[in-house]
Amino acid sequence: MRAVKRKRAYAAAKTGKKWRLRLYVMDETPTSLAAFANLKRICDDHLKGRYHITVIDLLKNPQLAKGDQILATPTVVRRLPVPVRTIIGSLSNLDQVLVGLDLRAGG
Amino acid sequence: MKKSPKPAPVAALLPKCPTGIHGLDEITGGGLPKGRPTLVCGGAGCGKTLLATEFLVRGAALYDEPGVLMAFEETEAELKANVASLGFDLAGLVRRKKIVIDYVHIEPGEIHESGEYDLEGLFVRLNYAIDSIGAKRVVLDTLEALFGGLRNETVLRAELRRLFRWLKVKGVTAVITAERGREQLTRHGLEEYVSDCVILLDHRVNDQIATRHMRVVKYRGALHGTNEFPFLIGSDGLSVLPITSLSLNHKVSRERIATGIPRLDSMLGGQGFFRGSSILLTGTPGTGKTIIAANFADAACKRGERVLFFSFEESPNQIIRNMHSIGLRLEPHVKSGLLRFHSARPSLYGLEMHLATIFKEILEFEPSVVIMDPITSLMDSGTSSEGKGMVTRLIDYLKAGQVTSLFTSLTQGGHSLEQSEAAMSSLMDSWLLLQNFVGNGERNRVLYVLKARGMAHSNQIREFLISDRGIDVVDAYIGPSGVLTGSARAAQTSLEKASVLASHQEAARRKRELERTRAALERQISGLRSEHEAGAEELRQIDEQVGTQTRLLNTERNELGRLRQADISLPSAARNHSGNGRGRL
Repeated sequence: MRAVKRKRAYAAAKTGKKWRLRLYVMDETPTSLAAFANLKRICDDHLKGRYHITVIDLLKNPQLAKGDQILATPTVVRRLPVPVRTIIGSLSNLDQVLVGLDLRAGG
Repeated sequence: MKKSPKPAPVAALLPKCPTGIHGLDEITGGGLPKGRPTLVCGGAGCGKTLLATEFLVRGAALYDEPGVLMAFEETEAELKANVASLGFDLAGLVRRKKIVIDYVHIEPGEIHESGEYDLEGLFVRLNYAIDSIGAKRVVLDTLEALFGGLRNETVLRAELRRLFRWLKVKGVTAVITAERGREQLTRHGLEEYVSDCVILLDHRVNDQIATRHMRVVKYRGALHGTNEFPFLIGSDGLSVLPITSLSLNHKVSRERIATGIPRLDSMLGGQGFFRGSSILLTGTPGTGKTIIAANFADAACKRGERVLFFSFEESPNQIIRNMHSIGLRLEPHVKSGLLRFHSARPSLYGLEMHLATIFKEILEFEPSVVIMDPITSLMDSGTSSEGKGMVTRLIDYLKAGQVTSLFTSLTQGGHSLEQSEAAMSSLMDSWLLLQNFVGNGERNRVLYVLKARGMAHSNQIREFLISDRGIDVVDAYIGPSGVLTGSARAAQTSLEKASVLASHQEAARRKRELERTRAALERQISGLRSEHEAGAEELRQIDEQVGTQTRLLNTERNELGRLRQADISLPSAARNHSGNGRGRL
């Protein structure tokens, strides 16, 4: 089941559907900035022109944390394509991010 | 000079936050430590979530302290539904903005980790929820779910430590629930971070019957009950039974109520029991405990009072039928709604559940008289100390409501009657003992009043007879050979009659004999008297003869002297000289 989903997502990455990503951060800390930079680089490498990142600062909008079940910061939530995927951390480990976002089959 | 109404405490006591949970505030001496986190740990299904939820609900409803419930295991809808069955209007409190529920969804293995992070997201959510309603209470249920979702335990532990510190700074009274661990109190060692108050819940099975227990393991800076207290989850939430902290200050009544058996009333100072007192009726099997209880119920119903009859061995219909056989009609009382039966097998559920059911029934029906028949079979479903605790709790509850309670208690043969009830008797105001007297090939029932606090009562043993007209208490025969009952009493009575008759006859016989003896003696006396008279006559005749002879002799002598011409000698000389002559005469 999971394998099927993963293939579909992988296919979505290859075909031209638009990705919607949300990055939840807490204030403009070095970790937050690093996470944004890492995410942008990965998206540029794999989803050039087909992605949209929304950055949400929970310090300013704490009420938004509940909706996407945010526990940790920073957190990236892949809203589209479904299913929703969540990766937490500064995204410094490239392989883990690619697996988490289904940008690499298998792993 | 102005004086403050309250004396200043010697040392600033730890402020406490009342939980509003029955009994918990009594064991903790006022509640949980205010503004500090409390850890509630226990195995699955022992009531952790319920305790935490009740803490919030009561806080919001009773103490006007809004609360935040951060749930990691159950969704908002599930929580609302779960506690609604316990009478908590969680949904209503949420609507009125007294409680905020934040469900934190963690699916183990679904969160990918890459690089460093912290749990600021959780803090933000909690902070936002607290500030949105000005919450004073926070519940985290069950925080340990985080360990399943996040792999980096080092970060997690550091963040948890920070969370508890943050809660303290925030000044909220927090309850954190955690699963019981094998070697330690909690599975992930949360007790390491929460050091102010730890409550352990336990659900254990004794003789196939489960009972919940609560223990305050630790309460920094405050006295607390260290015992294990049984608690129950009833229809109105959690209820801890703190046996040692029961208050003894209920109102007492001087009103007396009749037992339904006139002679029994007269044994109890002529007026029966005190209203609101607790009565124990002990006896071996078949001594008529249920019958006396039913009579008591009948008398109360006839006065127009409501009676709640808990039966643990017989069904209501069986009791009604059996009482019919002694002329006691209970079904009109049942029909008129004055008498209500509640029958349940003691083994149906644990002691705590029984107690909860009993409380609920009493609360609903508001009876004047409660009968438990028999209390012993109910007590057998727990350990003896639990049973005693339950009875204490029950009596206390009934007395507070001025409800007269009658407990029957079955005593097994072989024990001393008084001793076997030692656990319970001290709680009772009046104690009637029913006993079987076996002898002469029959069995008879007797009863006596062992104690009756606050009233003069008879010290006599009475026999009571059960016939188709009901109960009749009669005097037992007390004679030189002891107490006699039944046909022995009847036999003794006729024996006495016979012996009276016999003694009458005996007296008459002795009288006749005496008279005979007397008559014989009289006859003897008259014989002797005639003999005596005969003797006297003879004496007189002898005297006469002697006189005549002397006269004759003197005449003869004088004649002789005259004839011999001699002087008349002295009579003595004459006698000496005339010795031969007289002998010849």
